[in-house]
Amino acid sequence: MVAMNVVEKILCRASSRSVVEPGEIIRAKVDRVMFHDLTGPLTVKAFEEIGVSKVWDPDRVVVIFDHLVPPNSERAALNQRTIREFVKEQKIKWFYDIGRGGICHQVMVEKGHAKPGELIIGADSHTCTYGAVGAFSTGMGATDVAAILATGETWLRVPETVCMEIDGELGDMVTPKDVILHIIGCLGVSGAVYKAVVFKGFTVEKMSVSGRMTMCNMAVEMGAKTGIVEPDHVTEQFFKSKNIPYSSGFVSDQNATFDETHTFDVSKLEPQVACPNSVDNVKPVSEVEGIEIDQAYIGSCTNGRLEDLRLAARIAKGRNVKPDVRAIIVPASQEVYQEALKEGLIEIFLQAGALVCNPTCGACIGAHMGVISEGETCIASINRNFIGRMGSPRAKVYLASPATVMASALTGVITDPRRVAT
Amino acid sequence: MIVRGSVVKYGDNIDTDVIVPGKYLGITDYEELGRHALEGIDPDFSNKIKQTGILVVGENFGCGSSREEAPVALKYAGVKCIIAKSFARIFYRNAINIGLPIVVCPEASEKLDNGDIVTVNLAEGVIINTSKNEVYRTKVLPEFILEILKDGGLVAYLRRRLT
Repeated sequence: MVAMNVVEKILCRASSRSVVEPGEIIRAKVDRVMFHDLTGPLTVKAFEEIGVSKVWDPDRVVVIFDHLVPPNSERAALNQRTIREFVKEQKIKWFYDIGRGGICHQVMVEKGHAKPGELIIGADSHTCTYGAVGAFSTGMGATDVAAILATGETWLRVPETVCMEIDGELGDMVTPKDVILHIIGCLGVSGAVYKAVVFKGFTVEKMSVSGRMTMCNMAVEMGAKTGIVEPDHVTEQFFKSKNIPYSSGFVSDQNATFDETHTFDVSKLEPQVACPNSVDNVKPVSEVEGIEIDQAYIGSCTNGRLEDLRLAARIAKGRNVKPDVRAIIVPASQEVYQEALKEGLIEIFLQAGALVCNPTCGACIGAHMGVISEGETCIASINRNFIGRMGSPRAKVYLASPATVMASALTGVITDPRRVAT
Repeated sequence: MIVRGSVVKYGDNIDTDVIVPGKYLGITDYEELGRHALEGIDPDFSNKIKQTGILVVGENFGCGSSREEAPVALKYAGVKCIIAKSFARIFYRNAINIGLPIVVCPEASEKLDNGDIVTVNLAEGVIINTSKNEVYRTKVLPEFILEILKDGGLVAYLRRRLT
């Protein structure tokens, strides 16, 4: 038997083959397909133009409204109406309308639509997030997704696989976001183009599914096709606690080979910040402390989960957001929002003078609810700081962990959260 | 498939937010989308490319989001072919799927300059630079991808086969 890694094993199963090799092009059956309100209109249009009347399997399709929620324009409202009609007409089983779900990648994992060993395609580049539960998931465009709706299949180039061996215990206020920013800073934004990235090692073993989602989510920021963590006891516990049926998926054979292996010791890692205008322009927080900010934003599919809000609340408790700074908190889903309410986190934010918005991609894509103007600076727990990402092309965006963002909101300048934490 | 034109050239890691910013997503008038293509790095791009047609870029072109509006905007702005050192993978698929020819050729990406007159033969994997009298060779695309491009995109390709 040929030794294979986790990625090759999943692609073997999906293509009904006994072996696959990097570089090969395969046809694969898709276990689940997802699109949202922004990629939906083009997906529906392309599906209708293909000319088949029925979706291949309405039980395997998930539609989630999150980007422009609630609609910020007549155009957005009309686009959502078109998708709603398509969902009804095609009897699509999993539809999360406004107020029912939240940010698509969070909903996919928290509602059990992504499981170990599955091949999942979504019309969104951060679909790679579900590697956190051992799935092979990757983003495609609207037409590719329409083709899957019509046929249940897609073509894939079997990727080379890069192994990130991460060791060391993370210090207080140092988070999975700091780890992934550090890795992207080392490899660069084209450091893993077309490749799959497997995250391994002691640090990853100790990480929750939430932290693993943050890591896998940003794999695409170094050009990767997907990021993945091999399922283990943490994964199993995650599904058990949610009462979601669980199958163990795949792990790499012991003698499996990787295209490259990079090792990182993160035991002394300090909080990291990605500076404008590239995700790989990463510096330790000590080198950028003191830069003035206008807005602090905590949210997105990268860092809007309960664990993130808890950390931010720990810093904000009993303190106030600096006058002249706007702090915006966006829970990643309705479920996260409710849990945060129960735990008293939302109250802490409100008392600190932060604005709490509904779950949405919102300002992370520069569309609404916190867009910034020219000359402004925002520190955000999101995944991209490209020119114009959060609004004006003449605004500046710094990426950091929810801890660093909240610490900076309190002081008005970029701040090491370890200074502020109690 | 043969494409002719002259070159407009830019650098590395040009992302989808620069190709078409998030605020324009949802616009279904493709001509209008095209007028905003690449305006983040060159407000005059859509005027230039109409006269020239061949977009030459560096590595990791189209990194970022899965928005299909990115290749659509370039196509409707007047891009007839993109030559790059490398593409981000979702952009690569999206371009093929909407019938926009793209070629990976590090040598051409390096040697071609603004204004060079080129002929791209996709089926044979050959790029001829008439201005400099040079020829660059590249990997031929897999047969089924050439078929998708010949049909004008994945929708037309599937329509012909499924209905």
